[in-house]
Amino acid sequence: MTELDWLRQYVFTPDMFANDQVTNALLAGAVVSVVCAALGYFVVLRGLSFIGHAVTDIGFTGGAGAALLGLNALWGLATFCVAAALGVGALGDRARERDVATGVILALGLGLGAMFLYINTRYVNTPFTLLFGSIFEVDPDTTRVMVVIGLVCLAVLVVLYRPLLFSSLSPETAQARGVPLQLVSALFLACMAVAVAEAAQVVGVLLSTALLVGPAATAGYLVTRPGPATALAALLGVLETWLGIDLAYVSYYWPPGGKGWPVSFFITALVLVVYLLARLIRPGFRRHLPMSISQLPNPGAMPTPGARASCASPSASAIPAHRQRTAAHLREA
Amino acid sequence: MADLAAAAAVLHLDRVALSLGGHPVLREVSLDLHAGEFVGLIGANGAGKTTLLRLILGLLRPDSGAVQVLGRPVGRGNAAVGYVPQKQQFDPETPLRGRDLVALGIDGQRWGIPWPSRQRRRRVDDALRQVGALEYADAPVGRLSGGEQQRLLIAQALLADPKILLLDEPLSHLDIRSASEVVRLVARIGKARGVAVLLVAHDMNPLLEAMDRVLYLAEGRSAVGTVEEVVRTEVLSQLYGYPVDVLHVRGRILVVGGSEILVGGQPEHEVHAHD
Repeated sequence: MTELDWLRQYVFTPDMFANDQVTNALLAGAVVSVVCAALGYFVVLRGLSFIGHAVTDIGFTGGAGAALLGLNALWGLATFCVAAALGVGALGDRARERDVATGVILALGLGLGAMFLYINTRYVNTPFTLLFGSIFEVDPDTTRVMVVIGLVCLAVLVVLYRPLLFSSLSPETAQARGVPLQLVSALFLACMAVAVAEAAQVVGVLLSTALLVGPAATAGYLVTRPGPATALAALLGVLETWLGIDLAYVSYYWPPGGKGWPVSFFITALVLVVYLLARLIRPGFRRHLPMSISQLPNPGAMPTPGARASCASPSASAIPAHRQRTAAHLREA
Repeated sequence: MADLAAAAAVLHLDRVALSLGGHPVLREVSLDLHAGEFVGLIGANGAGKTTLLRLILGLLRPDSGAVQVLGRPVGRGNAAVGYVPQKQQFDPETPLRGRDLVALGIDGQRWGIPWPSRQRRRRVDDALRQVGALEYADAPVGRLSGGEQQRLLIAQALLADPKILLLDEPLSHLDIRSASEVVRLVARIGKARGVAVLLVAHDMNPLLEAMDRVLYLAEGRSAVGTVEEVVRTEVLSQLYGYPVDVLHVRGRILVVGGSEILVGGQPEHEVHAHD
């Protein structure tokens, strides 16, 4: 067996593109990854990772309920996720403080879902699919729906972008400048809810936050600007998802053979590995000057002439002891 | 004549009163703030300083009295009022440069994604230069010091070309040297651009050389004037409604009532409670 054959059998095989389930999975996976990663920048910025997870756990109740009624689980998931997110939004900042309440409610959601699944005798596979996802079983109609609502989410994000960034960074200033904080927050949470509901189709309810937070957090280690960070997160998300799908496909041929590994495992493992790599190789940030101006002994060193004129050197006693030492070192050097 | 003075003032507060949750926070606060003037808003924790700023920003409405900016009643989204909020915490890994934070001052409230242009960049550069933040503008904000972040927020506020600059406790997390740098910077910008500055502080000492007047808040009432006029035992005792002492200790001013230091003595890290 040549190396190429080995690669074709165990790592990547072009045959998979002939498989409709695979091509459909690649499309659905790409849409979900892009939407999640784009929203992920703000999820990380606003500290909503835990809320994002809680929202999907409640979505699980909806998904299980929809399956019980014989409906498409995506609708149940999305409805409950959005309702949960808006509920969290109504609580406002208190939601983040009230970890305990959120924890209890999401556990209740999982419990209710478990009961629906227990009563449901129609679909044997539903519990596993809902909890851990099964992207190869997403039907093309559902994929089309996912593409459409994914695009709607992205469009809303584009419209929200500037006031969302403003209100995430300086809520009071944004409010004073006329940003409707609650509207922006509610719309964002609704988008996030839809995104995690979609992600639940790919990697399941329990793992959907991996796609939401993972690539965005990874990108945060590599670039310093919001736009490139979002684009990089989307790219990483798509690549991780596609590679995960590929590995899940070829894992049928892995020894001992005959039983493929779950795609969710590959995707979440890749997300984690890439995140850890990014942490290791992150570029150390260097200031443009060898030493920060604020550490120099004389504020008159500021670049503008006006600043120089008005900033007299403070008396030595006004400089804290450790700074005085720095100043002395500088003078010697 | 009173009306004339009100018309000339960029900010006019007339016997402003406000209760929050049934508790009177402000009972009678008056001030006329003029272009280019630097006023320190001084008071102990809970004196209503932040509440007063929120009134001026149009985020709260007074129960009675008038709040006028440039001769008009205030409303939200008023570009004439620039605002620098209390210290915020940014995660060191936040993918956001100082420049991105500052640029929100141009039109952060508008929908959509801003289109980068040479003009936008120049405006941001100008604002950064004015506060001396140009050389660390491309650093992630989370890795900058408190004083550096404070300068960025001032630059952000300046971009809307305000007539009034409100700063809420900009000094409370800074060491003495950074604090006096920020005070000088704000004073210089205020004078150079004719912007009226209202700077909130729990301790007036870092402001003594820079401020033209003091607006002293206590028990929901205000006293306005120069430090010599206002920060006196008789005036403040009347304001507080009980005897307080104004002490001058090694060039610092302390206001003491009962057994507590009311103003001027708190350690910096203890003072960031919202009013």
